[in-house]
Amino acid sequence: MKSFDYVQASQPADALRLIGAAPSSRFIAGGTNLVDLIKYEVENPGTLVDISQLPLTKIEKTATGIRIGALARNSDVAANKLIASQFPLLSEALLAGASPQLRNMATMGGNLLQRTRCNYFYDPSQPCNKRAPGSGCGAIGGYNRIHAILGASPQCIATNPSDMNVALSALDAVVQISGPNGNRSVPVIDFHRLPGDTPQKDSVLEPDELIVAIDLPTPKNAGKSHYLKVRDRASYAFAIISVAARLAVDGGVIREARLALGGVAHKPWRLVAVENQLIGKPATDATFQAAARQLLAGAQPHEHNAFKIKLAQSAIVRALQTVA
Amino acid sequence: MAKKLIGDPIDRIDGTQKVTGSARYSADVKRPGLVHGVLVMSTVANGTIQTLDTTETLRLPGILAVMSHTNAPKLGGMDKNKSGETASDRVLHVFQDNLVHYNNQPIAMVIADTFEQAVEGASLVRVTYATEPVKPGLPTSTDKPLTPPRLPRVDDQVDTTRGDVKKGMAGAASTLEATYKTPTQFHNALEPHAVLSFWEGDKLTMYTTTQGISGYQKRVAELFGMPKENVRVITQYLGGGFGSKGTTFSQAMLGPMAAKLVGKPVKLVLKREHMFGMVGSRSATVQTMNVGATADGQLTAMTHDTLAQTSAFDEFMEPAGTITRMLYACPNLATTHKFIKANVGSTSPMRAPGEAPGVFALECAIDEMADKLKIDPLQFRLKNYAEEDPHRNRPFSSKSLRECYQQGADQFGWSKRAKQPRATRDGNYLVGMGMATTVYPVNRGESTAMVRLNTDGTVRLETGTQDLGTGTFTIMNQLAAEVLGLSPDQVTLGAGDSKYPEAVGSGGSRTTVTTGSAVTQAAQEVLKKAKKMAYSDKKSPLYAVAEAEIEAKNGRLESKSDPKKGESFTSLLKRNGNKPIEATTLSKSGAEKETHSMSAFGAIFVEVRVDEALGEVRISRMLGNIAAGKIVNAKTAKSQILGGMVWGVSMALHEYAALDTRNARIMNPNLAEYHVPVNADIRDIDAIFIDEADETVNPAGVKGIGEIGIVGTVSAIANAIYHATGKRHYDLPITVEKLIG
Repeated sequence: MKSFDYVQASQPADALRLIGAAPSSRFIAGGTNLVDLIKYEVENPGTLVDISQLPLTKIEKTATGIRIGALARNSDVAANKLIASQFPLLSEALLAGASPQLRNMATMGGNLLQRTRCNYFYDPSQPCNKRAPGSGCGAIGGYNRIHAILGASPQCIATNPSDMNVALSALDAVVQISGPNGNRSVPVIDFHRLPGDTPQKDSVLEPDELIVAIDLPTPKNAGKSHYLKVRDRASYAFAIISVAARLAVDGGVIREARLALGGVAHKPWRLVAVENQLIGKPATDATFQAAARQLLAGAQPHEHNAFKIKLAQSAIVRALQTVA
Repeated sequence: MAKKLIGDPIDRIDGTQKVTGSARYSADVKRPGLVHGVLVMSTVANGTIQTLDTTETLRLPGILAVMSHTNAPKLGGMDKNKSGETASDRVLHVFQDNLVHYNNQPIAMVIADTFEQAVEGASLVRVTYATEPVKPGLPTSTDKPLTPPRLPRVDDQVDTTRGDVKKGMAGAASTLEATYKTPTQFHNALEPHAVLSFWEGDKLTMYTTTQGISGYQKRVAELFGMPKENVRVITQYLGGGFGSKGTTFSQAMLGPMAAKLVGKPVKLVLKREHMFGMVGSRSATVQTMNVGATADGQLTAMTHDTLAQTSAFDEFMEPAGTITRMLYACPNLATTHKFIKANVGSTSPMRAPGEAPGVFALECAIDEMADKLKIDPLQFRLKNYAEEDPHRNRPFSSKSLRECYQQGADQFGWSKRAKQPRATRDGNYLVGMGMATTVYPVNRGESTAMVRLNTDGTVRLETGTQDLGTGTFTIMNQLAAEVLGLSPDQVTLGAGDSKYPEAVGSGGSRTTVTTGSAVTQAAQEVLKKAKKMAYSDKKSPLYAVAEAEIEAKNGRLESKSDPKKGESFTSLLKRNGNKPIEATTLSKSGAEKETHSMSAFGAIFVEVRVDEALGEVRISRMLGNIAAGKIVNAKTAKSQILGGMVWGVSMALHEYAALDTRNARIMNPNLAEYHVPVNADIRDIDAIFIDEADETVNPAGVKGIGEIGIVGTVSAIANAIYHATGKRHYDLPITVEKLIG
């Protein structure tokens, strides 16, 4: 690994100033992903700006819902009573991820920015447009079992590995960002991006911006929710497919629906049109199967991941059955 | 303190050091002036190195040298670098030429003052290659299979036939042909391979990670072309090996070569991703089974044809067919072994080499045949029970498989198993039960042990064995203590260092069998001398008592019929010159090797829950019933069986090398993507030993237990999945995509 400088910020304004001051700087909080990436020589930061001491760890009620500080630990959020009672979907997704040791370190903001597990991204001897723009995509035509079936591009078929992001997407969460030019709010559904021609950009966050909080708006109609994760082993494995489902059913009829898929695309996969079509429909297997087909419409498999199409549809139906 | 008996569940003697972190593993050892080596690996699978540019590396601070084929010390014994007759001698890559035979092969080493500098330096070495087309491994290879010159165990024939297979098949009411595939697997001991090497003149010392100190010492000396007395090898603690530290692989030479080059002690620790190629692998296999049986369930014929892979430069053959030769009383049988050569790192022994993939094929085929004949799979096995070894035509030294079947079936509730597959459902889960026979041969090598009875009544035991983490050091003391009627804590052990008497490598479940026997025999020799001293000494209460009438108990020699008549070792020795009694014994197989067949046997029972829509399989219950001679330590022995069974789960459901076939590069070389099971994958797991006394097998009366746990577990799981779902799986591992298919 390359030698790097290390500085610590005590307030968000310091952090923004420090990140702007040195080129090739990276924020570090829990370090559960970044340290690995440095060891693998995927990331080679010149300076690490430690933000772990910033006062951004609170979980508090707001007029419209709950605000979670960007530096709240995944384990603390999962165990928080407000979250567990009002947004159990988030607790479930957080607890489905990683291991207790990692969740004790990982922060909410860091998890939002968790990078792909694409095998080629992690191997600097191999081409990867996300790691080294213009070098090509090793996964296309290579080993691509864990890769995207939706929303990919000829430049990149990586997936977003986070469980939390899938739940946040289904919860209509909003990311609060501070930057050199002030603050802005971005819905999670727009925060992560599809790879297109610039797969090196996982999200719309600019390098000199800092995530300060995540807002969870109280849903009109909470209904029931479930996070379903399919993985190769029972714990400590990334999702092959995951589903964050939220359904409000009244008298057998669907009143509100949210459906986000993980493990299939460069971002949590949500189609608002499919959710809207569910409204007013009976909460039956036929309805769920139709939604599953629509959500996977246009899926493009690669050599090793065609099974994900059928698996994703089964997982969607199962998740919806669970919350119906 | 109460005397601890043989078989007691005694805590391991190094347990406290290990759990408190005070145990110094080889990578933890420090030395004044120590510098660090980091390997540079090839990124192509076949070709030659054209240029190796170290300009940027050498510009960094702290870099001492970049060792490659351009400047590596030449090795005097390089002509010995060939495929050996034993499984542990493999061809090494020690920078003597510019050839690349597989992707992720070591091609250079950066040596620097700090580890971090060496890592950065390694990332800046620029290499160009002239590449050749990649020769792929299994199952894609279309190369003509070759017959290997030998199997790893020299006694095993490559191909065998008995009876008349054609006739046997013709006489069968039912026949079955099935092809089974197993993937390349990597050992992945938790502790990475490490070696700290330093030279003092022409004397070399290595703190290293080896399963075989004595073999390692010889091999390193041989390749350097120097006497083995000049090489000292020390391995005080090992964090597992599973075979990958049994073979002396390239790092064993590269470390001391670098130390020679820079004239300083060099520490070389492999990164996890380096452990996917240069330190061996379990070969992928394609195995075809043919089975014929009469309507009432007598096997009439079997064939087992194994195709495995080996590297472009070596000749290791995964011996998958050897158990098929001896497990069932089948009169007509043929087995063959062939391999293809491919651009892969050397294949090599990995926990139950041959037996694990081979018995997967065999026991799945047996299960399928039983199902075809509508006979309970356990009954089918009993119908074909081999009372004698049908391959060697010899009696077994002991075989308690029938008892394992019976007790296992009772404890597991086998009688409650549904007759039909796909008959038990619990919510979203299909539930199934499967079983398989497990077996592992007794392999015995040669070991020497020294036992010294001190005048204070304590015992010093010395033998150049190593402790893989299995508890070897603990049970060696127990064995010596048992013979001399002492408590194990009265024995101190010198081991893990080549300065002690030569002992066998810890592979093939050989250690307790071989070194344990040497310890037992040396202790028996000491006891004999002590008894003689007593019955020859007029001042001893045991004067003129018959030797057979004297026994050792609680630090004393006493008369069996009159225990009050006797004296302590201390008083006996004090009176007789106040000198210790010592014996050094070389132990090896005797006539039993020619007169008997020797194996441990067992039965594995598994219950699985399969969520077919989501492709999930979880082990809800798993039980191993094992008969393996005398069990020296109930605690460490049980851990061996449980660990082996977990390995079986891993092989059945998880492990495989994810290969990019374009460049034969392994794309999951880390423990996040190369999966082994976690606790949550297995709910209930238990192992029970069946009492078995065997006075023929060896002086210690033990059979190896390090590998038998995995052997039958793989097929028991596949058979349970069949019983749950009604679908057979022939291709490991059985992952999500295969279960939803």
